[in-house]
Amino acid sequence: MAPAVVLLLGWMLVPLIMTLYFSFKKYLPLRGDTMGGGLDWVGFDNYSRFFNSSAFWPSVQATLIIVGSVLVITLVLGVLLALLLDQPMWGQGVVRILVISPFFVMPTVSALVWKNMFMDPNNGVLKYVYQFFGAEPVQWLTEASMESLIMMVSWQWLPFATLILLTAIQSLDSEQLEASEIDGAPALKRFWYIILPHLGRAITIVILIQTIFLLAVFAEIFVTTGGAFGTKTLTYLIFQRVLESQNIGLGSAGGVYAIILANIVAIFLMRIVGKNLDK
Amino acid sequence: MGKIVLNKVQKKFDDVEVIPPLDLTIEDGEFTVFVGPSGCGKSTLLRLIAGLEDVTSGSIQIDGRESADAPPSKRGLSMVFQSYALYPHMSVRKNISFPLRMAKMDSAEIEKRVDNAAKVLNLTDYIDRRPGQLSGGQRQRVAIGRAIVREPAAFLFDEPLSNLDAALRVGMRLEISGLHKRLDTTMVYVTHDQVEAMTMADKIVVLQAGVIEQVGSPLELYHRPQNTFVAGFIGSPKMNLFSGEVAEGYGAHTIGVRPEHFAVSESGGQWSGVVGVSEHLGSDTFFHVHETGLSDMVTVRASGDVALNHGDRISLTPREELIHKFDNKGLRIT
Amino acid sequence: MARSVTTKRKMINTAAAWLIGLLIFFPILWTILTSFKTEAQAISNPPVLFGFDWTLENYATVMERSNYSRFLWNSIIIAGGSTILGIIIAIPAAWSMAFVPSNRTKDILLWMLSTKMLPAVGVLYPIYLLFIQLGLLDSRAGLVIVLMLINLPIIVWMLYTYFREIPSEILEASRMDGASLKSEILYVLAPMAVPGIASTLLLNFILAWNEAFWTLNLTASKAAPLTAFIASYSSPEGLFFAKLSAASTMAIAPILILGWFSQKQLVRGLTFGAVK
Repeated sequence: MAPAVVLLLGWMLVPLIMTLYFSFKKYLPLRGDTMGGGLDWVGFDNYSRFFNSSAFWPSVQATLIIVGSVLVITLVLGVLLALLLDQPMWGQGVVRILVISPFFVMPTVSALVWKNMFMDPNNGVLKYVYQFFGAEPVQWLTEASMESLIMMVSWQWLPFATLILLTAIQSLDSEQLEASEIDGAPALKRFWYIILPHLGRAITIVILIQTIFLLAVFAEIFVTTGGAFGTKTLTYLIFQRVLESQNIGLGSAGGVYAIILANIVAIFLMRIVGKNLDK
Repeated sequence: MGKIVLNKVQKKFDDVEVIPPLDLTIEDGEFTVFVGPSGCGKSTLLRLIAGLEDVTSGSIQIDGRESADAPPSKRGLSMVFQSYALYPHMSVRKNISFPLRMAKMDSAEIEKRVDNAAKVLNLTDYIDRRPGQLSGGQRQRVAIGRAIVREPAAFLFDEPLSNLDAALRVGMRLEISGLHKRLDTTMVYVTHDQVEAMTMADKIVVLQAGVIEQVGSPLELYHRPQNTFVAGFIGSPKMNLFSGEVAEGYGAHTIGVRPEHFAVSESGGQWSGVVGVSEHLGSDTFFHVHETGLSDMVTVRASGDVALNHGDRISLTPREELIHKFDNKGLRIT
Repeated sequence: MARSVTTKRKMINTAAAWLIGLLIFFPILWTILTSFKTEAQAISNPPVLFGFDWTLENYATVMERSNYSRFLWNSIIIAGGSTILGIIIAIPAAWSMAFVPSNRTKDILLWMLSTKMLPAVGVLYPIYLLFIQLGLLDSRAGLVIVLMLINLPIIVWMLYTYFREIPSEILEASRMDGASLKSEILYVLAPMAVPGIASTLLLNFILAWNEAFWTLNLTASKAAPLTAFIASYSSPEGLFFAKLSAASTMAIAPILILGWFSQKQLVRGLTFGAVK
């Protein structure tokens, strides 16, 4: 037990403390600050500068839009898909494999495939589809960058939501549904009053887990827009401050904000998992 | 050889005393059954003897040796679990030979014993299959085979038949009893089913809340239960217990009459009532009688050709010499 | 549903499901198909689905020119190494929590889980700095350590749930049968735990292979795995769809197939047992 605990403890504490440390200091290595030369203490300066910077609120907004949209899309489509897959059909195993696949494609590949092969304004497949229907093709990544990103990430995470919800649906005791049918409930009511509440727990889990991972979306942005056209999420903003413009103090303060945000979501997830452990 | 003596054995889980200090002697070769309702401590007691739980205090002597501190493997006992606990990744042969391999027995001897056990238990055709490919009854026999090969001082059985269907249960009961006669080894058997207890035991230990209510042979417990608990537990259907005026008339706080100890007629008996549900089994009929003034419902057994039905009046006369009398503490008045 | 369903209904379900499934799978299918086209055909107007001349030239080019095998090898070592290391560390921890639970067990498990919630970006710079100081930047060893640490909570958790499913009666039976602790572990527990360990290995190998934050930021040229390799194609260098498709197909094909077989593990591993 001990090695695992010690390692994780170290992994958590050491970098965390360092981030905290840097957040209170002025540290711009490109301008000659070095750790050995001593760093100036700036108190909460970095925090207020990060918060008040013109990029902050847009990044929060971008984050919320992306996370929120992907959640809504994956949940709604996920429930519908899960219901469909639960129906009797031929070749269910194969369909499951088709639906599952996007999750296992590495994010850089998925982003590039979408960017170059679908969304490219000159040669992308979507351009031809639009033209086929006589519509004006969209300049995806430049004009509709948020939508593009949301589409890519939703495509990647829809399988996860579907699989979890399908598992939950299949764990629903069929006798409950049969009893309600005998009691005269039509299909829509059966869905609303029996299936949906049963899914409540699974939906909550999907929301919480996906939120944690969606807050950290990185590769897709890195490889497509580079944060331009309003797609700079909080995570990406911090990344830029730290590794691109190399303002370590500022970036670290931003990092602390991100950690706090993630922890809030994490607390809710812990409660549910904790309750499940008691069983 | 296989004598087990429990002296002031006590078991606490954290601060909860599950078994107050208890004394019990199991003679060599006896088939002893621990019986009682759920939660009475019978399985705990068995596990204490096995060594799977530690006693809080007290001594356990197995075969003359003090064993309360010995680990399970050193007590010379074998156990058959309720779920059989077979090793799923090993064949029947490997399952049965496992204890012998742990004892580092010579492989020729191992093979001999395993083949022998397989023959005795009719497992030779399945000896290379895995537990997953066997039926419930077959798995049971493998579990028994694994227990037999060690030639232990005593066998422990923890509700081994509860996972089998009714027909199989009857057959396995006979097999286990037959095994006992053949091997002549001590067997300690836990069950909640009093029919199993009555048919298989040399000696029955009735337990409630960790306390021994009575120890005796099946017929002793049937004819002379020492308290109302044992009286109501042994015998199926349950003994009828009446208190109040009718009991005082017999000089007791509570009297008991077994369903099979009534004479039944349409009228003219000592007590009368109305038939509620009647269960016709062909060989016997069971009447559940109401409005007798004795208690809410009196259960009566009559021969199969008594033709009374729901709503009929029925007349009951108890066999006086078979009425059991209990005082206000529930203890038998002799 | 236990009843028989009308064939018509089944046909509708099948048609709808297959349509949607193919739609979702389409980008992957397109990539695979494009990898076998010539560059010219890859951007043909209108785009062609099946009716083209199949060629393997893209695969040949990618493998020769860009040193593909080094990136592939890096991915294998990093994903495999971090997972195996993680399992070795996690087994004793999961064991003691499953078989010798204490009052703190639940808290420790939840805490481990919470370390996975830590946003990577929040600790990016310190790790970066540490790596430079320890000489681990752009090294496979460094990445093995980091990926092991981020997956350790999932590995511990999965092993814990698998260990808990081993019926304790079987272990008790082995004790009654005279097995020492070593024998009990070796002959009874380990064989029964193997499927669980294999499942854990499978899922975490996949997760490590696809990891695209630390692999992008902590590697340059020497230790870069396939995630970084593909990312380097993000700036277009002229007509290159077909080659990109070939590189992509090679990068994702093995994991895609492994993924098809790990659906159950996915549910167990990523919902931490909260959905059954």
